[in-house]
Amino acid sequence: MKNAVKQEIMALNGDEAVAYAAKQSDVDVVAAYPITPQTIMVEKFSEYVANGEVETEFVCTESEHSALTACLAASATGARTFTASASAGLALMHEILFVTSGCRAPVVMAIANRALSAPLNIHGDHSDTMTERDSGWIQIYVENAQEAYDSVIQAFRIAENLQVLLPVIVGLDGFTLSHTLENVSVLSDEIVKKFVGVRQFLKVMTHEGKMVPFKLDPENPMTMGPVALQNYYFEFKRQQEEGMKNALKIIQEVHDEYARETGRTYGNGIVDAYRLEDAEIAIACIGSTAGTIKTVVDDLRAEGVKAGLLRIRTFRPLPTEEIAEALGNVKAVAVMDKSMSFGGNGGPVYHEVRHALYDTNKHPYTLNYIYGLGGRDISPTQIRAIYGDLQKTLQAKRVENPINYVGLRD
Amino acid sequence: MTLSKKEKSWKEIAPAGVCSKPSTQFLTGDWKTYHPVRDIQKCTKCLTCVLFCPDGAIHWKPEKGDIEFDLNFCKGCGICANECPTKAIEMKL
Repeated sequence: MKNAVKQEIMALNGDEAVAYAAKQSDVDVVAAYPITPQTIMVEKFSEYVANGEVETEFVCTESEHSALTACLAASATGARTFTASASAGLALMHEILFVTSGCRAPVVMAIANRALSAPLNIHGDHSDTMTERDSGWIQIYVENAQEAYDSVIQAFRIAENLQVLLPVIVGLDGFTLSHTLENVSVLSDEIVKKFVGVRQFLKVMTHEGKMVPFKLDPENPMTMGPVALQNYYFEFKRQQEEGMKNALKIIQEVHDEYARETGRTYGNGIVDAYRLEDAEIAIACIGSTAGTIKTVVDDLRAEGVKAGLLRIRTFRPLPTEEIAEALGNVKAVAVMDKSMSFGGNGGPVYHEVRHALYDTNKHPYTLNYIYGLGGRDISPTQIRAIYGDLQKTLQAKRVENPINYVGLRD
Repeated sequence: MTLSKKEKSWKEIAPAGVCSKPSTQFLTGDWKTYHPVRDIQKCTKCLTCVLFCPDGAIHWKPEKGDIEFDLNFCKGCGICANECPTKAIEMKL
């Protein structure tokens, strides 16, 4: 893009890109606990603190449960707050994930996606964040280290938007992205600081009858997250859902504003369509595998096959209308899942893409492909075979096997 | 718990359960099933019940020289009846 500002290219892996984005985003408090493959984020950020490169209060906690609790509390006082985790660490945060979203605390958390035990496995899949998809956090999944950097910066603006006020998870595939060195274009500190801006606050009525900024302040005491039983709990949950609905629009606006600054776009910020306009067969996926799928799409297109790809960047809130619009004219869709929903008859992405397609007039054939569990690699040959299955489905005019496992020994 | 039509809608409430009135105005007494009934003949006004009430819902009224149950906040736990040395309190539906 012509108007893009001058940027510097740094060699960063995904974790370092996340830490660098957090460093530039004028974060007040970071409370975190290291866990593979997120460790580099915490190590790198603690280096910035030790070197005096940031003015952030860095809290070393004894567990992830405590790390997120500290972040929630800091965020409630009005601080811009960041943390990071993965796998078992995120699972240990489970209880506080709901408290954070329920308290409308705009905490940003990067997750280096990793498998859950048992058996113990440190490698990348989406089991950890998919388990937390109903926790009230916005979820953005990235394709590469560049997008990890860009998305963390955008995440603060999304989370802190007064129409949203919800915490955000930025998910990047463990090792595939977290530990792989890439050329990452970074903005200057000043531009990022200006882009993220200063956190704004809603005005709320306290028990003393005063209208004050929505943050914990000894001068203006208020109660957050008290008991709310049959008479009010439901109303608070409905209010959170409104924040999620608003987020769909805000994520796009922030993405577009950032794109004007940097020249970088990720579809429209919520879904990223690749060669889909006239596609007959398509894959829908999240995360880094989209990069590999794009090369296969290019190869197939060169052979005259009308193949396309839809990468779902924002998984929460789920962009149902955009998914339906993007895939509505496709004849067969393969939905990729890098996690299992045991006994759920397919993975979570499959469930939700099918859900989005139900209201379309043309119902494409949908197939589910579970892949990459525990970090197992997926090759272009295997992806090509998935497109082959879609072609066979069109010829047979029926779905032979709805649920498939890629690269599994039978 | 009874749902009053006077309660606010989801569009009217502050986020995160921020309370627009002090906790003394949230009458938690409607949680109870049983309420305490005192036999004045048996009561010696020893104030054991006042000390044990976990909700501070039994008050000593010096002007009356007597105790008073505040049923707006009594949750009906029955600790007063259990602790009463003369068995002067009975929990009734």
